[in-house]
Amino acid sequence: MYDYTDFDESFVRARVAQFTQQVERRLDGSLTEEEFRPLRLMNGLYLQLHAYMLRVAIPYGTINPRQMRQLAMIAQTYDKGYGHFTTRQNIQFNWPKLPDVPAILSALADVGMHAIQTSGNTVRNVTADHFAGAAADEIEDPRPYAELLRQWSTDHPEFQFLPRKFKIAITGSPHDRAVTRAHDIGLRMVRNAAGEPGFEVLVGGGLGRTPIIGAVVRDFLPVADLLPYVEAVLSVYNTLGRRDNKYKARIKITLQETGKEELSRMIEARFAEMRPLFGGADQRLLEDIRAAFAPPAFRNAPDGAFDDFYKADPVFRAWADTNLAAHRAPGYAIVTISLKAHGQTPGDATAEQMRLIADLAERYGHSEIRISHEQNVILPHVHKSDLPALHAALSQAGLATANIGLVSDIIACPGMDYCALATARSIPVAQEIATRFQELDLEHEIGPLKIKISGCINACGHHHVGHIGILGLDRAGVENYQITLGGDGTETAAIGEKMGPGFAYDQVVPAVERLLRTYLDLRTDAGETFLAATRRLGLGPFKTALYGEGARDAA
Amino acid sequence: MSRRFSPKVVTANRLREGDVVYLTADDRWSPLHTEAELIEDEAHAQLRLLHAAAQKLQVVGAYLADARPGPNGPEPTHFREEFRSRGPSNYAHGKQADGKQAELPNV
Repeated sequence: MYDYTDFDESFVRARVAQFTQQVERRLDGSLTEEEFRPLRLMNGLYLQLHAYMLRVAIPYGTINPRQMRQLAMIAQTYDKGYGHFTTRQNIQFNWPKLPDVPAILSALADVGMHAIQTSGNTVRNVTADHFAGAAADEIEDPRPYAELLRQWSTDHPEFQFLPRKFKIAITGSPHDRAVTRAHDIGLRMVRNAAGEPGFEVLVGGGLGRTPIIGAVVRDFLPVADLLPYVEAVLSVYNTLGRRDNKYKARIKITLQETGKEELSRMIEARFAEMRPLFGGADQRLLEDIRAAFAPPAFRNAPDGAFDDFYKADPVFRAWADTNLAAHRAPGYAIVTISLKAHGQTPGDATAEQMRLIADLAERYGHSEIRISHEQNVILPHVHKSDLPALHAALSQAGLATANIGLVSDIIACPGMDYCALATARSIPVAQEIATRFQELDLEHEIGPLKIKISGCINACGHHHVGHIGILGLDRAGVENYQITLGGDGTETAAIGEKMGPGFAYDQVVPAVERLLRTYLDLRTDAGETFLAATRRLGLGPFKTALYGEGARDAA
Repeated sequence: MSRRFSPKVVTANRLREGDVVYLTADDRWSPLHTEAELIEDEAHAQLRLLHAAAQKLQVVGAYLADARPGPNGPEPTHFREEFRSRGPSNYAHGKQADGKQAELPNV
């Protein structure tokens, strides 16, 4: 993976030194909270419900064992022994104390990490396909482009005060595992008629209170034009974006107000101006970056032990069936380590678990680790012959839950258990759904299903693109949960449809159970997924399941 | 006639630790909701809020939150304030772990 150059290192160190002084001046009263707040947010430090929260960037979800161990050290020394992996491939510490934050940032800098631009109206952490560099269906590893975008956007003087935050996602596969259609800019790699790789560019997608699927502004952008084109999009947005109204400030609203045709025309015009200015420096940089992402030396060995274990051990088999994905190299598999043990908080890992993951990545995974936006950890390169030993080691640490892509593999934002913006809790809803379906022993029977829960309209939990989406609201001083169905975050992206009146906190799990029992009754066979069934049947039968007969017409 | 003023407490987060605190009648910042001064008069509430906001080296983000009298002192009326007075529901962290959670009815 990419290692910091002297330039990166000194930039991050300089920022730590700056922020250290800013914290001192806040603590001695030289800075007021009004003055300090934008400074701490620039460095990823929020004040939440019960404590400060530090959001640390994990660029495009790629992290090495040394960095993971440092996160474990921070969790243990400065927090409560755990960290929370987020839906933007970052990690959040929920309990740091303000005077400790400079030391934490310094410890992060020691391993080439930082919290810069994890907040504020800037280009945020660029997210990527968590199977990047490993997936069998991949055209090209998207991470060199993501790293190029990171370097270009970090402290970019023109884009530090955008109308609103700006999120870019990138995937090197036609199959979209990075929710590119719900980002301010989505980049999906495709090939043109000549077989050359390029990007389909989507602009103006987003979730939040106005969920919108991004519009394709370029069917095919040659990879060499990436930076000038993205800069053109940012530049047009920076000019047009609404600064008068926070709720209309994202580029998705700019797209709606300006229209796709006019916006595309303005982007192309700006691109024509920008492109000659780049002069090839970006391409030389990209070549250097690309070298840092060279694939590891894959082993050419028989995978014999895998098949034996697969046949003999049903627990291993269940895990292999759900938690492995197809790798590009023969004999290898992509392993997803579930951070969704039934009843646990989605996305949380203890310091001990982080250390074990780091050890196992070194022993079995060519020292590579990824964090997914679905709040799990990935070992992207594991030889199949090592899988039984890996599975055994994960089992010992409560990390071998066989549930990837199933009912209990739920995305949940921190919700009102931590977040100052939340209107209701999400974590306990996720815990209870997972526990209930484990009791029923139905999740493997139900098969592929994505449940996504947000504790407020801002939709950090991606509820709009959940097959079942759950949105927690405050209705007259009581938690209330709205259910949406039919959302999809992949290349066939769709915004889920609101089903009707919301449910009280203790009615959510029974409502989800009714939906899934209806699906089991009505599906053609086990091959028809929940999402496919909702598309074939329409939402009528599911509305009936939620609200009873008679509700169909009324709703 | 103006609407009846619903009683309030002044609450904020501590600058250094970030934890939730409540302004008491004798001008301390207490971690216990039950020790908060229950303010029943609107003008007095505004004065107490000004007093709190002026303590820039102790607390951040002071505001008035609805509360009601209870057997052991003021109790929160909204679930958000109840969570703030207790801690998160997924771990026994925060006030509930520090032994600083007041006895509150389970809402």
